[in-house]
Amino acid sequence: MKKIYYTVLVLFLSFGWACQSDDDFLDRPPTQVLTTEQAFSDPAQVLSILANLYSRQYHVYRLNDWRTFGDFNEAFYAHTQDAANLFHTNNTWDFRGVDLGNNVFTWTTWDYTYIRELNLFLERIEPSPLTEDLKTRYAAEARFLRAAYYLELAQLYGGVPIILEPQEYDFSGDPTYLQVPRSTEAGIYDFVIQEAEALKSLLPVDADSKSRATAGAALAMKARAAIYAASIAKYNNAVTPSVSLPGNEIGIPASRAEEYYNTALTAAQEIINGTAGAYSLYMKNPTNLSENFAAIFYDKSANPEVIWANDYLLKYRTHYFTGANQPRYGAEEEEGGALNPTLNLVQEFELLDNTFAPLATVDTDGNPIYYENQSDIFANRDARLAGTVILPGSTFKSRPVDIWAGYQLADGSIITGTDRGDQRILPGQTVEQQVVGFDGPVAGAVQNAQMGFYLRKYVDPAIGSGQRGIQSEVWKIRYRYADILLIAAEAAFELGQPDVAAGYMNQVRERAGFTVPLTGADITFDRIVHERRVEFAFEGLYFMDLKRFRLAHRVFDGVTMDLTGLRADIGEATNRSTMPWGLWPYRIYNPGSENDGKWIYKEILPNQATAADNWQLGNYYSKISDEILSNNPKLVRQPLQ
Amino acid sequence: MKNILHYILLLALGMLGWSCEKDNYEPPSSQLTGQLLYQGTPLQLQHDRVSYELYQDGFGKRGPISSTFTTEGAFSHLLFNGLYKMVVPVGQGPFVWSGSDQGDTLLITVNGNTEMDIEVTPYWMVRNSQFSASGGNVTGTFGLEQIITDANARTIENATLYVSKTIFASSENNIAIGTIEGGAITDMNSISLSATVPELVPAQSYVFARIGVKIAGIEDMIFSPVQKIDL
Repeated sequence: MKKIYYTVLVLFLSFGWACQSDDDFLDRPPTQVLTTEQAFSDPAQVLSILANLYSRQYHVYRLNDWRTFGDFNEAFYAHTQDAANLFHTNNTWDFRGVDLGNNVFTWTTWDYTYIRELNLFLERIEPSPLTEDLKTRYAAEARFLRAAYYLELAQLYGGVPIILEPQEYDFSGDPTYLQVPRSTEAGIYDFVIQEAEALKSLLPVDADSKSRATAGAALAMKARAAIYAASIAKYNNAVTPSVSLPGNEIGIPASRAEEYYNTALTAAQEIINGTAGAYSLYMKNPTNLSENFAAIFYDKSANPEVIWANDYLLKYRTHYFTGANQPRYGAEEEEGGALNPTLNLVQEFELLDNTFAPLATVDTDGNPIYYENQSDIFANRDARLAGTVILPGSTFKSRPVDIWAGYQLADGSIITGTDRGDQRILPGQTVEQQVVGFDGPVAGAVQNAQMGFYLRKYVDPAIGSGQRGIQSEVWKIRYRYADILLIAAEAAFELGQPDVAAGYMNQVRERAGFTVPLTGADITFDRIVHERRVEFAFEGLYFMDLKRFRLAHRVFDGVTMDLTGLRADIGEATNRSTMPWGLWPYRIYNPGSENDGKWIYKEILPNQATAADNWQLGNYYSKISDEILSNNPKLVRQPLQ
Repeated sequence: MKNILHYILLLALGMLGWSCEKDNYEPPSSQLTGQLLYQGTPLQLQHDRVSYELYQDGFGKRGPISSTFTTEGAFSHLLFNGLYKMVVPVGQGPFVWSGSDQGDTLLITVNGNTEMDIEVTPYWMVRNSQFSASGGNVTGTFGLEQIITDANARTIENATLYVSKTIFASSENNIAIGTIEGGAITDMNSISLSATVPELVPAQSYVFARIGVKIAGIEDMIFSPVQKIDL
């Protein structure tokens, strides 16, 4: 009997307790993962999620991949022989851009994971217990990032599926309800413009906030989206009508151009009038305009020009752009000079009397011009030249660059070396002496000034920026005030207000050292395109301009460029730029002659540059890969590919 | 112990022997070849420029085999037997795709080696091209015949003589060109263009020449047959 009693007791006890304690034991809050509710309950937590979303913003030109910066013969790839082959021995571009390896191409992004996570953020912040103010601001920032990403997609692909909610699959075996067709090209720009318009009143007016979205950034995004849409509406129909799709996924009706130009002008003027905060052109160093121009990109303290930037911070988020591109001689690492700006770009910088001229290497009779100082050949040019490019005879990090290709003797023969800073015995001498610069240029050798120039824009003058262990915290500017001024100028010009356009453009040009303002009659399409090319070199805007003005197939028409072709048509929008040319300084060795020790310059075409670039009409929009197309049969293919 | 080892060895050998047979498919062996023709004359195109796509339905995801026509307008593939669809994407090629009643799609049944020549209608044809060289100049004479004359007719934008070191003479590969704008052509039956051949590095005693014609509104050009010329 007792036995039965105990058995029953034990059974009861074990059943009664076991169930209860099992539940408790198994149902524990995880210690390593935050639940959605927890993550969205604390302002700091939400901000860190938002920071992750900020860090994933996409732009075609990325500081953490210097290779994205130099295409279109604005720079020569002197980093390795492979890089030079990749960019200079192919006549045509792939429809996805240049293959950077690991399935990354220069013109592709299709990150709907990012869009989904932005949408999830917007959905999850809704029920969060944060204060309404914070919730509004955080949500507005996520919407801004989403619109900014859609704008990038629009510039590369035209119309794309616009997805504004986190889609969930119901495991029914039929995913068709998740497949969204492409919007029209006008539709996606309209979406961005509409979002920006709504966001400008939701985001804070704060000109000191650069890395987070502000009302100014929203307006800048609106202006840019509108000007792109406007120029596509105008120039696609006028120049390349065959680049279009029947459903208008590519192609905007010409009738909408004026409306978009008006939107762009209004948005730009709102920023210029100061309603979104006090932005102005950077002018901290009026005595040295070149240094001043270079500082726009590295001065991160109270920089009034920057509206929105992809920010970096030492120790936490850095990039090696400076290390890759620093002048090689005395560099902080034994590397540098990856991108060499070309003569094609350098000669586009105007003379200070508002005229265009090639760099004077020879006089009208074809005899070489002798210069006393190395930098004399660049005298009286746009201050932005020396702010964008490190020229021979200038300095970087207080150290003079040593760029010269060799000695030229009285009979015209050249004495040079095969490595940077090589030594040879000159005629009439007994001791070896240096016959080529420590920064090059040495033909065929990598990582030196093979074009005669180094890149300066975005290269960081801070100590240690060229060291692998430290790297650089220079930011990538996404929107800046000069862009707004030139958008306003372009829109005003297209709307038939050339005097207004001249007013805006002159502000930018004055900062570049031009003393004679342009008049309304001077403003032409070529002027607008040219001003943007020199102001925004190596910022990613030249590529987009080539596309939206439908200039690329005329600039890269596959015809080889000889010296005459190089010197012709400077300042014209359709100026051919199919091959990268360089400019090499030589020193004269002719003891007793008046020219001894002077400098001459020669244009050179590197022998790695074997191809004349040829832009196909199918290149105007990036290819949507077959994988994406077969996953979503509702997507239509790009035209002419 | 020894027995187990024997079994393992036997099993491994068996798997080796069978798996090859089971896993491996026969490689595709049916050759599909063909050429773009206009009244029996092959169309001359630019290398790697005019693309086409082959689709085969019924095998899961749908993606094309993409390729481009050769300079003589030919194509060839090794395929499995079956029904294929051939498409030239809209806007490709200096011709109107009049291959079939399926719109822009041509159905091709591959069964063994299949030859499939496709008749298309080019906007223009380059006729009677002749090339000669003298004193470092290459001269090409040719005529242009307009094929499509109805509402879809298109004008000539320009005609260009391409001189190249290789047979791929085109806007991409050339060492010298001579161009005439479409409006400047007075006699469509006899046009003459010349180009000066620069110094060739490394030296080469011959060049290739070809006439390319750009038709207004069409990106891809139509060419004359390429010809080798001794300098």
